[in-house]
Amino acid sequence: MRSFQSRLSDFTSRGVHVAAISVDSKEINRLHSQKWGFTFPLLSDADAEVIRRYDVLHRGAGPKGTDIARPAEFYVDLAGTVQWVNLTENIAVRARPEQALGAIDAAPPIQ
Amino acid sequence: MKRKWNWPLWVGFVVAVGGLFSYEFFAQFPLTRDFPWANLSLFGIGATLLIFGLFRALGRPQLYRGKVFGTIFIVIAVALFALFSYEILYVLKQVPLSAQAPRVGEKAPSFSLPDQNGKEVALADLLSPNGAVLIFYRGHW
Repeated sequence: MRSFQSRLSDFTSRGVHVAAISVDSKEINRLHSQKWGFTFPLLSDADAEVIRRYDVLHRGAGPKGTDIARPAEFYVDLAGTVQWVNLTENIAVRARPEQALGAIDAAPPIQ
Repeated sequence: MKRKWNWPLWVGFVVAVGGLFSYEFFAQFPLTRDFPWANLSLFGIGATLLIFGLFRALGRPQLYRGKVFGTIFIVIAVALFALFSYEILYVLKQVPLSAQAPRVGEKAPSFSLPDQNGKEVALADLLSPNGAVLIFYRGHW
Protein backbone atom coordinates (compact mmCIF):
# COMPACT_ATOMS: atom_id res chain seq x y z
CA MET A 1 0.00 0.00 0.00
CA ARG A 2 2.94 2.28 0.61
CA SER A 3 4.08 1.53 -2.93
CA PHE A 4 0.65 2.60 -4.21
CA GLN A 5 0.89 5.79 -2.17
CA SER A 6 4.29 6.61 -3.66
CA ARG A 7 2.92 6.06 -7.18
CA LEU A 8 -0.43 7.75 -6.46
CA SER A 9 0.21 10.61 -8.90
CA ASP A 10 0.45 8.04 -11.71
CA PHE A 11 -3.09 6.94 -10.84
CA THR A 12 -4.54 10.41 -10.43
CA SER A 13 -2.96 11.54 -13.72
CA ARG A 14 -4.93 8.69 -15.34
CA GLY A 15 -8.11 9.83 -13.58
CA VAL A 16 -8.14 6.68 -11.43
CA HIS A 17 -8.97 6.67 -7.72
CA VAL A 18 -7.26 4.30 -5.31
CA ALA A 19 -9.09 2.95 -2.26
CA ALA A 20 -8.12 0.28 0.24
CA ILE A 21 -10.59 -1.89 2.15
CA SER A 22 -10.09 -3.96 5.30
CA VAL A 23 -11.85 -4.88 8.54
CA ASP A 24 -9.81 -2.27 10.42
CA SER A 25 -11.79 0.34 12.34
CA LYS A 26 -11.95 4.00 11.32
CA GLU A 27 -9.65 4.81 14.26
CA ILE A 28 -6.96 2.33 13.21
CA ASN A 29 -7.26 3.56 9.63
CA ARG A 30 -6.83 7.14 10.78
CA LEU A 31 -3.71 6.22 12.77
CA HIS A 32 -2.23 4.31 9.86
CA SER A 33 -2.96 6.97 7.30
CA GLN A 34 -1.24 9.47 9.61
CA LYS A 35 1.68 7.16 10.26
CA TRP A 36 2.33 6.24 6.62
CA GLY A 37 0.94 9.34 4.95
CA PHE A 38 -1.87 7.61 3.05
CA THR A 39 -3.89 10.22 1.21
CA PHE A 40 -6.27 7.79 -0.50
CA PRO A 41 -9.28 6.47 1.44
CA LEU A 42 -8.80 3.52 3.78
CA LEU A 43 -12.30 2.13 4.03
CA SER A 44 -13.47 0.38 7.16
CA ASP A 45 -15.53 -2.76 6.51
CA ALA A 46 -15.64 -3.78 10.17
CA ASP A 47 -18.19 -6.58 9.76
CA ALA A 48 -16.58 -7.72 6.47
CA GLU A 49 -19.86 -7.31 4.62
CA VAL A 50 -18.32 -5.83 1.45
CA ILE A 51 -15.36 -8.20 1.75
CA ARG A 52 -17.87 -11.09 1.70
CA ARG A 53 -19.71 -9.55 -1.26
CA TYR A 54 -16.45 -9.61 -3.21
CA ASP A 55 -15.73 -13.17 -1.99
CA VAL A 56 -12.34 -12.13 -0.65
CA LEU A 57 -13.02 -13.23 2.92
CA HIS A 58 -10.32 -15.15 4.76
CA ARG A 59 -12.21 -17.00 7.45
CA GLY A 60 -10.59 -17.12 10.87
CA ALA A 61 -7.31 -15.59 9.69
CA GLY A 62 -7.57 -12.50 11.90
CA PRO A 63 -6.87 -11.97 15.58
CA LYS A 64 -8.62 -14.54 17.78
CA GLY A 65 -9.96 -16.34 14.74
CA THR A 66 -11.94 -13.43 13.35
CA ASP A 67 -12.65 -13.07 9.64
CA ILE A 68 -10.52 -10.66 7.61
CA ALA A 69 -9.90 -9.88 3.96
CA ARG A 70 -7.39 -11.83 1.93
CA PRO A 71 -5.13 -9.67 -0.24
CA ALA A 72 -6.86 -8.91 -3.56
CA GLU A 73 -6.79 -6.05 -6.05
CA PHE A 74 -9.33 -4.94 -8.65
CA TYR A 75 -9.46 -2.28 -11.31
CA VAL A 76 -13.05 -1.16 -11.92
CA ASP A 77 -13.71 1.12 -14.88
CA LEU A 78 -16.01 4.14 -15.09
CA ALA A 79 -18.95 1.91 -16.00
CA GLY A 80 -18.41 -0.18 -12.84
CA THR A 81 -17.09 -3.15 -14.80
CA VAL A 82 -14.13 -5.10 -13.47
CA GLN A 83 -11.21 -4.80 -15.88
CA TRP A 84 -8.47 -6.44 -13.83
CA VAL A 85 -8.38 -8.85 -10.90
CA ASN A 86 -5.33 -9.92 -8.95
CA LEU A 87 -5.89 -12.81 -6.53
CA THR A 88 -2.56 -13.77 -5.03
CA GLU A 89 -1.77 -17.34 -4.00
CA ASN A 90 0.65 -16.13 -1.35
CA ILE A 91 -0.29 -13.69 1.39
CA ALA A 92 3.14 -12.08 1.23
CA VAL A 93 2.98 -11.42 -2.51
CA ARG A 94 0.71 -8.51 -3.41
CA ALA A 95 0.12 -6.51 -6.55
CA ARG A 96 2.63 -3.81 -7.36
CA PRO A 97 1.37 -0.44 -8.58
CA GLU A 98 3.02 -1.11 -11.95
CA GLN A 99 0.71 -4.10 -12.49
CA ALA A 100 -2.38 -2.01 -11.78
CA LEU A 101 -1.13 0.83 -14.00
CA GLY A 102 -0.50 -1.66 -16.79
CA ALA A 103 -4.04 -3.00 -16.39
CA ILE A 104 -5.47 0.54 -16.50
CA ASP A 105 -3.56 1.33 -19.68
CA ALA A 106 -4.67 -1.96 -21.26
CA ALA A 107 -8.36 -1.57 -20.37
CA PRO A 108 -10.70 -0.87 -23.30
CA PRO A 109 -11.97 2.71 -23.48
CA ILE A 110 -15.53 3.32 -22.28
CA GLN A 111 -17.88 4.33 -25.07
CA MET B 1 45.15 -24.71 29.25
CA LYS B 2 42.29 -22.37 28.76
CA ARG B 3 40.32 -23.20 25.63
CA LYS B 4 39.59 -20.56 23.05
CA TRP B 5 36.27 -18.82 22.56
CA ASN B 6 34.60 -20.46 19.57
CA TRP B 7 33.15 -17.31 18.04
CA PRO B 8 31.59 -18.84 14.87
CA LEU B 9 29.15 -20.74 17.07
CA TRP B 10 27.93 -17.59 18.80
CA VAL B 11 27.87 -15.38 15.75
CA GLY B 12 26.27 -18.12 13.66
CA PHE B 13 23.57 -18.65 16.25
CA VAL B 14 22.78 -14.93 16.51
CA VAL B 15 22.64 -14.61 12.72
CA ALA B 16 20.35 -17.65 12.40
CA VAL B 17 17.99 -16.32 15.08
CA GLY B 18 18.08 -12.99 13.26
CA GLY B 19 17.03 -14.82 10.10
CA LEU B 20 13.71 -15.65 11.75
CA PHE B 21 13.06 -12.49 13.71
CA SER B 22 13.97 -10.08 10.92
CA TYR B 23 11.02 -11.36 8.88
CA GLU B 24 8.77 -8.46 9.89
CA PHE B 25 11.49 -6.01 8.95
CA PHE B 26 12.20 -7.42 5.50
CA ALA B 27 8.46 -7.89 4.83
CA GLN B 28 8.23 -4.10 4.56
CA PHE B 29 9.98 -4.15 1.19
CA PRO B 30 8.34 -5.84 -1.80
CA LEU B 31 11.68 -7.19 -3.03
CA THR B 32 12.41 -9.11 0.17
CA ARG B 33 8.75 -9.89 0.91
CA ASP B 34 7.73 -11.59 -2.35
CA PHE B 35 10.47 -14.12 -1.69
CA PRO B 36 12.41 -13.99 1.61
CA TRP B 37 15.91 -13.79 0.12
CA ALA B 38 17.28 -11.77 3.00
CA ASN B 39 16.03 -14.16 5.67
CA LEU B 40 17.24 -17.24 3.79
CA SER B 41 20.66 -15.61 3.34
CA LEU B 42 20.88 -14.99 7.08
CA PHE B 43 19.95 -18.62 7.77
CA GLY B 44 22.59 -19.72 5.28
CA ILE B 45 25.33 -17.58 6.81
CA GLY B 46 24.31 -18.69 10.31
CA ALA B 47 24.34 -22.37 9.34
CA THR B 48 27.77 -22.08 7.72
CA LEU B 49 29.26 -20.46 10.82
CA LEU B 50 27.56 -22.94 13.17
CA ILE B 51 28.81 -25.94 11.22
CA PHE B 52 32.30 -24.48 11.01
CA GLY B 53 32.27 -23.78 14.75
CA LEU B 54 30.97 -27.21 15.65
CA PHE B 55 33.60 -28.93 13.49
CA ARG B 56 36.27 -26.97 15.33
CA ALA B 57 34.80 -27.89 18.69
CA LEU B 58 34.47 -31.57 17.84
CA GLY B 59 37.76 -31.84 15.95
CA ARG B 60 39.98 -30.02 18.43
CA PRO B 61 38.07 -30.05 21.72
CA GLN B 62 41.28 -29.34 23.65
CA LEU B 63 41.59 -26.03 21.79
CA TYR B 64 38.01 -24.85 21.18
CA ARG B 65 34.96 -24.69 23.37
CA GLY B 66 31.46 -25.51 22.24
CA LYS B 67 31.00 -29.28 21.88
CA VAL B 68 27.85 -29.19 24.01
CA PHE B 69 26.42 -25.72 23.52
CA GLY B 70 27.39 -25.77 19.85
CA THR B 71 25.23 -28.84 19.40
CA ILE B 72 22.40 -27.17 21.32
CA PHE B 73 22.74 -24.05 19.15
CA ILE B 74 22.52 -26.10 15.99
CA VAL B 75 19.43 -27.98 17.19
CA ILE B 76 17.71 -24.67 18.05
CA ALA B 77 18.74 -23.12 14.72
CA VAL B 78 17.37 -26.12 12.80
CA ALA B 79 14.09 -25.85 14.72
CA LEU B 80 13.83 -22.13 13.92
CA PHE B 81 14.55 -22.81 10.26
CA ALA B 82 11.86 -25.52 10.21
CA LEU B 83 9.36 -23.06 11.72
CA PHE B 84 10.35 -20.43 9.15
CA SER B 85 10.01 -22.88 6.27
CA TYR B 86 6.61 -23.98 7.52
CA GLU B 87 5.44 -20.35 7.60
CA ILE B 88 6.86 -19.52 4.17
CA LEU B 89 5.98 -22.70 2.31
CA TYR B 90 2.66 -23.49 3.97
CA VAL B 91 1.03 -20.80 6.12
CA LEU B 92 1.54 -17.92 3.66
CA LYS B 93 -0.04 -20.01 0.90
CA GLN B 94 -3.25 -20.75 2.80
CA VAL B 95 -5.27 -18.25 0.81
CA PRO B 96 -8.97 -18.87 0.09
CA LEU B 97 -9.85 -19.61 -3.53
CA SER B 98 -12.28 -16.66 -3.89
CA ALA B 99 -14.01 -18.51 -6.73
CA GLN B 100 -16.99 -16.13 -6.58
CA ALA B 101 -14.92 -12.95 -6.68
CA PRO B 102 -16.02 -10.62 -9.49
CA ARG B 103 -14.20 -11.45 -12.72
CA VAL B 104 -13.10 -9.33 -15.63
CA GLY B 105 -16.19 -8.17 -17.51
CA GLU B 106 -18.51 -8.49 -14.49
CA LYS B 107 -19.99 -5.60 -12.54
CA ALA B 108 -18.17 -4.75 -9.33
CA PRO B 109 -20.58 -5.02 -6.34
CA SER B 110 -21.49 -1.57 -5.07
CA PHE B 111 -20.69 -0.48 -1.52
CA SER B 112 -20.55 2.48 0.81
CA LEU B 113 -18.03 2.48 3.67
CA PRO B 114 -16.55 5.08 6.03
CA ASP B 115 -13.01 6.25 5.35
CA GLN B 116 -10.34 7.19 7.93
CA ASN B 117 -12.00 10.59 8.44
CA GLY B 118 -15.44 9.11 9.01
CA LYS B 119 -16.70 10.19 5.60
CA GLU B 120 -18.88 7.70 3.72
CA VAL B 121 -17.33 6.72 0.40
CA ALA B 122 -19.37 4.80 -2.16
CA LEU B 123 -17.94 2.87 -5.08
CA ALA B 124 -19.93 5.19 -7.37
CA ASP B 125 -18.04 8.18 -5.92
CA LEU B 126 -14.73 6.61 -6.90
CA LEU B 127 -15.47 5.66 -10.50
CA SER B 128 -15.38 9.07 -12.14
CA PRO B 129 -13.54 10.00 -14.31
CA ASN B 130 -11.66 6.80 -15.14
CA GLY B 131 -12.45 4.12 -12.59
CA ALA B 132 -10.86 2.95 -9.36
CA VAL B 133 -8.31 0.50 -8.06
CA LEU B 134 -9.66 -1.37 -5.03
CA ILE B 135 -7.08 -2.90 -2.72
CA PHE B 136 -8.40 -5.44 -0.23
CA TYR B 137 -5.85 -5.98 2.52
CA ARG B 138 -5.59 -8.02 5.70
CA GLY B 139 -5.42 -5.01 7.98
CA HIS B 140 -3.49 -4.11 11.10
CA TRP B 141 -6.22 -4.71 13.70
